[in-house]
Amino acid sequence: MSLYAVQKLIYQLNRDPATRTRYQSDLDGLLAEYELTPEESRAIRAPDIGLLYVMGVNGQLLMHYAALCGFEWNAYIDAMKEGERKYGPVRTGLYSRADSRS
Amino acid sequence: MSLVFAGVCSHAPGITGRKERADPKVRDAFYASYDRMRLALEAAQPDALVVIAAEHFANFFMNNMPSLCVGMGDAYEGPIEDEAWLGIRRTRVPGTPELSKRLIEDMMRSVDLAYAQEWKFDHGIMVPLSFLTPRYDLPVIPVNINCQGPPLIPLTRVWEFGRALRRACDQAPERIAIVGTGGISHWPATPDSGKINEPWDRAFLDKFLDNRRDELLAYRDDETWREAGQGGFEIRTFIAIAGACEGSTGELWFYAPIPIFAVGCTVAVMKVT
Repeated sequence: MSLYAVQKLIYQLNRDPATRTRYQSDLDGLLAEYELTPEESRAIRAPDIGLLYVMGVNGQLLMHYAALCGFEWNAYIDAMKEGERKYGPVRTGLYSRADSRS
Repeated sequence: MSLVFAGVCSHAPGITGRKERADPKVRDAFYASYDRMRLALEAAQPDALVVIAAEHFANFFMNNMPSLCVGMGDAYEGPIEDEAWLGIRRTRVPGTPELSKRLIEDMMRSVDLAYAQEWKFDHGIMVPLSFLTPRYDLPVIPVNINCQGPPLIPLTRVWEFGRALRRACDQAPERIAIVGTGGISHWPATPDSGKINEPWDRAFLDKFLDNRRDELLAYRDDETWREAGQGGFEIRTFIAIAGACEGSTGELWFYAPIPIFAVGCTVAVMKVT
């Protein structure tokens, strides 16, 4: 269920200005409040949009998080493609089934 | 009074957020269709606009996800997204809580609903409003159908929701407009963003515009996911409108795939009888 926690963190970042402030000023403290795996913590800290996509983070959450992190549209799309090249196919969630792509 | 206007349109964030990157000729024709819809909406002189949308984790998360939720707030704020990213200034949209409550209570006679007195609008509502009520002066009642991920409400239940909404509107003395906003086929927020299955869209629109209930309700989510992407789950917003307009047909005012908008851009209006 850990994917749930990283998605919830992103949900709060996207919608709550106070969480965004803590993201800037107290990232360690903020991340400690969520039961993240070491890989998820790394992906948030980087931020590694491609890895978060491959982990299975819902795209509607990730799209806004990428914008928050300053990714321009093409860079955001490229980051997801790069994630697939680097880390393999999406592991779980809506985008995980290989036959979804053509 | 009752229902005075019903239609559907697209809501993808690129429509406003990446407008300068689209083919101007197609984009402007699409925008003109929104404007035609605005004029038709204004001519219907509604007291309130019900927007049936598929929100994208602005208010609802997997800790407590309603299949169907209706707003009952005094006012709403949007967009929740970065203003520059979406190309829409943040604003306050009036609600109409007393009418919301009456509609909800009537609908609850046949469908289970959640309600919310707080609601931040995301692109799913703000993009249509930016074209249809650009002064943000018409009271809005937001409706969310969870289209983000399973478990998803079955299409038959969405149809019943549409019928319940119509019944509730017909009981109200106010003049009420409804607009559904979603898909159709698209793969938003994935590396396949921009992929659009036009034949699938046109087949769906034929069924929608003819309001062929059984054919609309025969869509299966696994097939929709395969052929129309996860964004295709948003056909629920169209099906709710079809249910509300049971027995009526519609007219397509615009359809064209615009890849940089990541959706087959659609404007259609149903006859309200």
